[in-house]
Amino acid sequence: MTTAKQRFTLAAFAVLALAAASQAALAQPRTDLVVGMALEPPHLDPTAGAAGAIKEVTYANLFEPLLRVDADGKLVPGLAERWSVSDDGLTYRFALRPNAKFHDGTTADSADVKFTLDRARAAESVNAQKAYFAPIAKVETPDPQTAVVTLSRPDGLFLFHMASGDAAIVAPESAATNKQKPVGTGPFKFDRWVAGDRVVLVRNPDYDGAKPKIDRVTFRFISDPAAQVAALKAGDIDAFTLFSTYEALPEFRNDPAFTVMVGSTEGETLLSTNNARKPFDDVRVRRAMAHAIDRQTLIEGVLYGNGVAIGSHFPPHREGYVDLTGMYPYDPARAKALLAEAGYPNGFDTTLRLPPPPYARRGGELVAAMLAEVGIRAKIEPVEWAAWLEKTFKGKDYDLTMIAHTEPLDIDIYARPDYYFNYRSERFNALNEELNRTQDPAKRNALYGEEQKVLAEDAVNGFLFMLPSVTVQKAGLTGMWVNRPVQANDVTGVSWK
Amino acid sequence: MLAFLLRRLVSLIVTVWLASIVVFTVLQLVPGDPALLMLGIDAQPDTLAALRSQMGLDRPILTRYLHWAGGLARGDLGVSLTYARPVADLVAERLAVTLPLSLLSLVLSTVLALPLGLLAAARRGRGSDWAVLGFAQLGVSMPSFWIAILLILLFSLTLHWFPAGGFPGWSAGIGPALQALLLPALALAIPEAAILARVTRTAVLDTLGEDHIRTARAKGVGRMAVLLRHALPNALIPVATVLGLQISFLVAGAVVVENVFTLPGLGRLLYQAIGQRDLIVVQGVVVLLALFVVLVNALVDIACALADPRPPASGNGGAS
Repeated sequence: MTTAKQRFTLAAFAVLALAAASQAALAQPRTDLVVGMALEPPHLDPTAGAAGAIKEVTYANLFEPLLRVDADGKLVPGLAERWSVSDDGLTYRFALRPNAKFHDGTTADSADVKFTLDRARAAESVNAQKAYFAPIAKVETPDPQTAVVTLSRPDGLFLFHMASGDAAIVAPESAATNKQKPVGTGPFKFDRWVAGDRVVLVRNPDYDGAKPKIDRVTFRFISDPAAQVAALKAGDIDAFTLFSTYEALPEFRNDPAFTVMVGSTEGETLLSTNNARKPFDDVRVRRAMAHAIDRQTLIEGVLYGNGVAIGSHFPPHREGYVDLTGMYPYDPARAKALLAEAGYPNGFDTTLRLPPPPYARRGGELVAAMLAEVGIRAKIEPVEWAAWLEKTFKGKDYDLTMIAHTEPLDIDIYARPDYYFNYRSERFNALNEELNRTQDPAKRNALYGEEQKVLAEDAVNGFLFMLPSVTVQKAGLTGMWVNRPVQANDVTGVSWK
Repeated sequence: MLAFLLRRLVSLIVTVWLASIVVFTVLQLVPGDPALLMLGIDAQPDTLAALRSQMGLDRPILTRYLHWAGGLARGDLGVSLTYARPVADLVAERLAVTLPLSLLSLVLSTVLALPLGLLAAARRGRGSDWAVLGFAQLGVSMPSFWIAILLILLFSLTLHWFPAGGFPGWSAGIGPALQALLLPALALAIPEAAILARVTRTAVLDTLGEDHIRTARAKGVGRMAVLLRHALPNALIPVATVLGLQISFLVAGAVVVENVFTLPGLGRLLYQAIGQRDLIVVQGVVVLLALFVVLVNALVDIACALADPRPPASGNGGAS
């Protein structure tokens, strides 16, 4: 009897102890984080590739540029703690953090800045945004903590570009191997990469700035939409960023275990139009198409309502935005009249080429149906990325296509003479040059407004909607970015409640 | 036997060499530039040229083929254009997932199929026979990716016993790695087991009707002993042939199941490499797969020749 009693007491005690231990474990917030992404980065060097996934893993977490873009799109200190610009807008002086170190223990100083910028603008550079560095005339290093960059011409976006992942500061010792073993100066350092599945970063104990609350972040790559939903529901991942299975959102919204955040990316989604090809060289035809497209229906059908319409090539959340969505209201009758005026009373046949993203494939079907209403018979041609880039972007051999332009503040692409829109406007180019010479924010915003109006008046492309930034995360997680002012999954401010 | 093996070896080399030419040529014809894919839609012409020359894409086609095929002959698969790593490393890493997955599903399907097939044959026309046939019919009709989704729904989302996909890597330990592989292996094994069970049943029934079985029974050997000692070994030849054919299907089916479970296997590597126009990886993987299929077929032929309990036909050194 006594032994049985003793055993019972012991068991009861053990259960209590276990319960207490698990209580203690519950009281302690988690310090790890698993982030889901649709695409795996091909490598981890942000200075040598355009794939957004590279920056989504490394930006601000592992690598730091001189400046950083924060969650609100503002410029904040990165590797440089202070900076100043000369009055003529040609000389930039960066004061670096005195104790900054690379993850391999080597110091991060002005020599590394000079190396990084010179490498990016060199003849053999493979930087995807080499144009960002083109204005640089020279980089000087008066002392280890100071880098002075002199431009050959004013560039109003220079600081903004120096805050991009493409301008992440790298060291000569590790630059060649960053693709596989990235060595940066950020608050997280590289731990391991299970190719095809995950990249793991751990907190950098030697970081000289504010240390993140998370000590381990795993980025998992899940391309299949059903598998993304399953991984979230099974609790395998804590947050999925740039979630694009919009039809699953009501389910997550109704589940108290999850939070859904809908913000905006920098992706202006366009019905890109070959302005050099007949009949699209006629502005009346382009305006007719603008009147033929019902943006709200498109947003409902493609994004299940999670998107904002645009009337030109500029995001509504940025200063300098002008609302031009009312310039071409949905009006099929007006569209037909314009087509008749341009000499196409019976419409015409054309081809709409669609790259793989769901917004393009799904949106393209809807756009084609809307165009058909006014007599424009668009044959749909689905292609994969490689073929799209080769034929449409590089070859400029297309009529219409649908694509989101995700680079931030990229309205200047309309000034590029050989860009695939085949758009040429003296008016726009003059505005763009003036913008480059202008430093004053208010004046810059006014110029941005003028540019947007020119593009809308010329109806260069079909301006459709901003691609949303949807994050589905576990309740209790805070600090994930709502918007995507740059391509990043900055988790330095993330914590668990 | 030696002549048979030699003939096999020559046809193997020729097949793989032809495969290398076909895959190389096809990839040259498909539009798409790996350098452009790396640099995206803000690529400058000079950057593009720099990257193309870094990747060796500016050299003539024949030079590139000879360079690659020469490396292949020496066992060097080259360096991936996008991942900037040796293809052999990438493949080895992915095989560390695909091979255990295929093996596990092979074992699972055999372990499921042989007893079921035997049972059905032994109890022909009775309830358990019908049950096995029913399972086989259902298993054959359901594609493995659909079974995969059902398994995820039950074991991951409802019971939370297994992760819904992904692979922690072997470095995370045998336990978690096997846990990640078990559901996908099962999803692959069920349709295979269904086919194998049916083949086993038919093959055993066929041999049961043959003369030597009747003789054995007449000599007083028990039913069970006849089944296991006399019928099964003869029935194994068609079963092994089907199993051999199924191995290639297992690897192909693994591609689909790898996607549903987001496992970093060879199939997904190939899929991603095609999307990124990582020509060197695609070429390497396709040639390796060709080699694999040819090797498995050769091995199955050899195994059948060895397993055949009849004395070898004299003269031509065996079947080919």
